[in-house]
Amino acid sequence: MSVEPLLKVQGVQTFYGNIRALDGVDVHVNRGEIVSLIGANGAGKSTLMMTICGSPQARHGSIIFDGEDITQQPTHLIARRRIAQSPEGRRIFPRMTVYENLQMGAGLDKMKHFDEDVEKIFTLFPRLKERQSQRGGTLSGGEQQMLSIGRALMSRPKLLLLDEPSLGLAPLIVKGIFEAIKKLNEEEGLTVFLVEQNAFAALRLSHRAYVMVNGKVTMTGTGRELLTNPEVRAAYLEGGRH
Amino acid sequence: MAQSSDNNSLMAQAAKEALVAAAVSFGLFILYVGIETYQDINNALVWRTRWGLLAVFVVIAAVSRFLVVGFIKPHLDKRKRDKAKAGIPEVSDGKNFFQRNFLKIALIGLLIYPPLSVMLAGTQGSLKYVDNFGIQILIYVMLAWGLNIVVGLAGLLDLGYVAFYAVGAYSYALLSQQFGLSFWVLLPLSGILAAFWGVILGFPVLRLRGDYLAIVTLAFGEIIRLVLINWTAVTKGTFGISGIPKASFFGIWSFDVGAANNFTKAWGLSMSSAYYKIFLFYLILALCMLTAYVTIKLRRMPIGRAWEALREDEIACRSLGINTVTTKLTAFAIGAMIGGFAGAFFATRQGFVSPESFVFLESAVILAIVVLGGMGSLTGIAIAAIVMVGGTELLREMEFLKHVFGPDFTPELYRMLLFGLAMIVVMVFKPRGFVGSREPTAFLKERKAVAGSFTKEGHG
Repeated sequence: MSVEPLLKVQGVQTFYGNIRALDGVDVHVNRGEIVSLIGANGAGKSTLMMTICGSPQARHGSIIFDGEDITQQPTHLIARRRIAQSPEGRRIFPRMTVYENLQMGAGLDKMKHFDEDVEKIFTLFPRLKERQSQRGGTLSGGEQQMLSIGRALMSRPKLLLLDEPSLGLAPLIVKGIFEAIKKLNEEEGLTVFLVEQNAFAALRLSHRAYVMVNGKVTMTGTGRELLTNPEVRAAYLEGGRH
Repeated sequence: MAQSSDNNSLMAQAAKEALVAAAVSFGLFILYVGIETYQDINNALVWRTRWGLLAVFVVIAAVSRFLVVGFIKPHLDKRKRDKAKAGIPEVSDGKNFFQRNFLKIALIGLLIYPPLSVMLAGTQGSLKYVDNFGIQILIYVMLAWGLNIVVGLAGLLDLGYVAFYAVGAYSYALLSQQFGLSFWVLLPLSGILAAFWGVILGFPVLRLRGDYLAIVTLAFGEIIRLVLINWTAVTKGTFGISGIPKASFFGIWSFDVGAANNFTKAWGLSMSSAYYKIFLFYLILALCMLTAYVTIKLRRMPIGRAWEALREDEIACRSLGINTVTTKLTAFAIGAMIGGFAGAFFATRQGFVSPESFVFLESAVILAIVVLGGMGSLTGIAIAAIVMVGGTELLREMEFLKHVFGPDFTPELYRMLLFGLAMIVVMVFKPRGFVGSREPTAFLKERKAVAGSFTKEGHG
């Protein structure tokens, strides 16, 4: 590895009180990659995502982003380094309109690129354009997910963190959202770190992937390798494939 | 035929429910309306009955229940059915002239209110309308708008808001007496001092939300009041501070009777305190307008947007790079500052402050106005303030009720009862307050009619 990765997580341990949720995790994401993290419920996937964002903070280990140590930084300063997150459960602002939600995402640059970027989001997700003056809380689950991703993209992130974008959505909508992510990656070179339970879809999309069990990374490889790996197939794909 | 039998069974049902309501209210009220205890001349506790008053209560309950079951509910159901049948929601274009220009009309009405009441009731008679109704209501409008920034916009439930009102009032009272500073110097200073206390309160409660925050702010309000009572060396305790100087007309004319540049003398008017009250009315109106202007402006600025985002989802806020610490502190500070302005105004209007004026009930009333009006809506809150404060003031005028309920009846005592009743009624029919929908502050090209009126939050 000659080029320094964009995000480098080294030996990270995270605790909830006395309970260890992450037990020495090593993960890295290179520029321009889509990397996914798969695993069962409670494996610590979302915890890793939240730890990268600084809430909760890692007790041991380090997180290096773009050459700088962000392990002990507060969440809002990490976000200002252009790590955008579409959090688990989407967390859009329900009483604000779609348009206002997107504005909230552009707050970091004081709305400098807003008009240009909002057009881009509307081409990527035409549904959002139709619903721009509707309240966020009245959108369907899929539209809310699009809004959550769109809001994250409004800050022109260097790294996009997606936490379970397929959660509770119909397969057709999941497909649409994953295609949009792929398009962003191919056309704009957006770096994406993806947490998914829907292992099949995630592995097909990703350049590389990690498998997490009980707070530890147990396996890593390219998306294709893991798709054909018998252990992964047995644990996450067969029977889990809908 | 079927129609009339339907009607008969409905009436029977209504009569039955009315009887039940009468029985329930009889049981409820027999002890504390039907029987009254008092001390006789020998200081012994004796009791007498008030069957007439009890009968009035029972009859009111029975008749209201009869009307609700027999007429109002079928009427509402029918309207709902018709609306569902028609299938087309009411389109918001059909607003008439009054609805469209409501704010302008209201403002003009407020501006001509004092001269109008002088014309109709005479100089001395106008005192009641300008002072008891006008100024009293506007003070609460301003307080509620200030609290609205904290509760309605930033979503931080503050039960001790009256503390900042007290800080503002005592700041003006003490500083003007000790240092002889004028109202126009001390008004901003009171606001700044209150804002300072807002930040002081803000720091320890940064990590709290909802119920926990409410309890801590409640305690804070009580602490301020207890300090005012017990720090007698400075605040004179429960005696309060009297003889607080009046505000002057920007230093040009004074309203002190003895002063050389007295307003009434300068204009050759007859001596009356009505002019001072009218001046105060316009002053508090201007302060209210300032509050409204600041609120509307802030809502369009990043900080106001951050407040609203904070109310909706704190975690999402942080992940978008919003510093939640400063956002909360500014909400507390600006809300407190407005409370401080209102407090300074209150002190100069009353000429007297004591801890009695800053009890928890005041906080509760202000919060009730914000909730009833619809959190975040300035118009709704103003209407709620008029109804709640004006309504209770109106009770003092209800002398004729004495003819109905007997000479012992004091309508003011029923203030809290009516307050509670009004809250229940509003919460049943308009659970989000008078004006419950949030008005968006940004649009792409034009406002779309579908925006809010067709949809309700929490669905879909």
